[in-house]
Amino acid sequence: MFGLFAVAIFAPLLAPYDPDIINMEQVLQSPGAAHILGTDDLGRDVLSRMIYGTRISLSIGFIAIAIATIIGVILGSISGYYGRLIDSLIMRLVDIMLSVPTFFLLLTVLAIVGPSIWIVMFVIGLTGWMSIARLVRAEFLTLKEREFVQAARSIGASDARIIFRHILPNALTPVYVSFILGVAGAILMESGLSFLGFGVQPPTPSWGNILTAGREYMEVAWWLILFPGIAIFITCLSYYILGEGIRQALDPKLKI
Amino acid sequence: MLNYLSKKSLELLITFFGITLVSFFLINLAPGKPTDAVSDLNPRMTPEIRAIYEKQWGLDKPVHIRYFIWLKNFSKFDFGRSFSSDSRPAWDKIKERLPITILINSISMFFIFLIAVPIGIHSAVKPNSLSDKLTTVGVFVGFAMPVFWLALILQLILGVWLNILPVSGIRSLNYENLSWINKIFDSMRHLFLPIFITVFGSLVGISRYMRSTMQEALSQEYIVTARAKGLPESKVVYKHALRNAILPIITITGLSVPGLISGSVIFETIFAIPGVGQLLYQAAMARDIHVIMAEVVIVSILTLFGNLLADIGYALADPRIRVK
Repeated sequence: MFGLFAVAIFAPLLAPYDPDIINMEQVLQSPGAAHILGTDDLGRDVLSRMIYGTRISLSIGFIAIAIATIIGVILGSISGYYGRLIDSLIMRLVDIMLSVPTFFLLLTVLAIVGPSIWIVMFVIGLTGWMSIARLVRAEFLTLKEREFVQAARSIGASDARIIFRHILPNALTPVYVSFILGVAGAILMESGLSFLGFGVQPPTPSWGNILTAGREYMEVAWWLILFPGIAIFITCLSYYILGEGIRQALDPKLKI
Repeated sequence: MLNYLSKKSLELLITFFGITLVSFFLINLAPGKPTDAVSDLNPRMTPEIRAIYEKQWGLDKPVHIRYFIWLKNFSKFDFGRSFSSDSRPAWDKIKERLPITILINSISMFFIFLIAVPIGIHSAVKPNSLSDKLTTVGVFVGFAMPVFWLALILQLILGVWLNILPVSGIRSLNYENLSWINKIFDSMRHLFLPIFITVFGSLVGISRYMRSTMQEALSQEYIVTARAKGLPESKVVYKHALRNAILPIITITGLSVPGLISGSVIFETIFAIPGVGQLLYQAAMARDIHVIMAEVVIVSILTLFGNLLADIGYALADPRIRVK
């Protein structure tokens, strides 16, 4: 996983070719000595494009989930802390968002606004906050009855201070895990959207759109669809394993 | 029971209006009008013609008024006409595509349960055994696998290289000339990959969930009692524990409907299946907002209906809920 970060950061050093250079003399070359993972329909080096794609896919995954986490934490805290009407309004919103097939909403917004990397991050974030909001709310419901919260209230701390300084730090543990798992989910989502042509637009390389471009040529150039898929798979797998590891480390019930 | 169901139905109704509200404003407040697709590239488009054009589609009114007009038309199941060249009513376009999507998803759902429940039970009953560890690895692989990529790879290997399964569509070219038994066989061959992909996508989550509810059930005191009575282990597991562990799975069914339908967009596009997912893809490509809005609403109705069925199932299975 740190390898992946390194790849993303040092992309220009690692890539053997410029990912955007078109070389019509070397179209659809199979993997060999000159191009380790072959070339695509415009003669671009697949390995270089995938190395640059790492940057795009990882940053979309992270930023999208950061947006989702911020929304989820804020709404979850407010909902759990204030209860009553605000709580039921927010929870109804969560139910609504959970009942709409998110992929439909994503496609709709991207189709109308027009896809760009920022919009993709933003909409994935906007449709992914519900589970985090529920987690945070559940934590708040138990924590707000605790003595330290009553103590803070009795010395006259404001609601905002109680929420963000006193309760929130105690409520964040489950959020870490769902953040890590969410990154993997967002990378999968981005690759799916890019695959349908609604995500990152060519010529910017992302793992999903390398796959789409390769789909037309898959009968003659299998390497175009095989390698980006493996990259997505390995990345998500490492995030899931990391997430599971953190969950086990943080969960006292599993330590016994 | 009646009380419980009417409360649930009311909740669903509110949720439904919320969905129409959210999606309508999302679609209509996003920058860019559906008429842009026609007008942007047209050199003869003047502001006057554009205004006439927008008026014709009712885009000149403020958005909240348009929402009420939309609601009124919706009560007659009129979603407006498609912006594409055929100008057919959006509902007609969706209606003819619904059966195949529902069919594929229902069959998939059936297989998901047929496979996920036994896997979950097995790994809960024998934790840390070799097969439990194997399924845990399988779960990670399943979660991390980009399903559309798997679909492409299978299409390439089974369809193109080995040539044992059809690559796309739902029938062969000579379908009409086949005998009925061959017709069924032909459909099965075409639907195999889409269903396999859908089942694979949801299998891991549900089997994992089954494992945790089953473990939870097995740690309860009534299980200790059942064992202490000297009941055979199979009876303890399949009668006492399973009946309680299966309840949350019913709820999960309802919640997994949106995910299944979202998946339809991808696999229907890959396998060229004429269902609602493919229609959404085409409508999104063409910025056909009436069709998109109709799609979102109808799919949400399906989802909510799935939720309602799950609630009814839950109430039937659990007497505690009926009484409350």
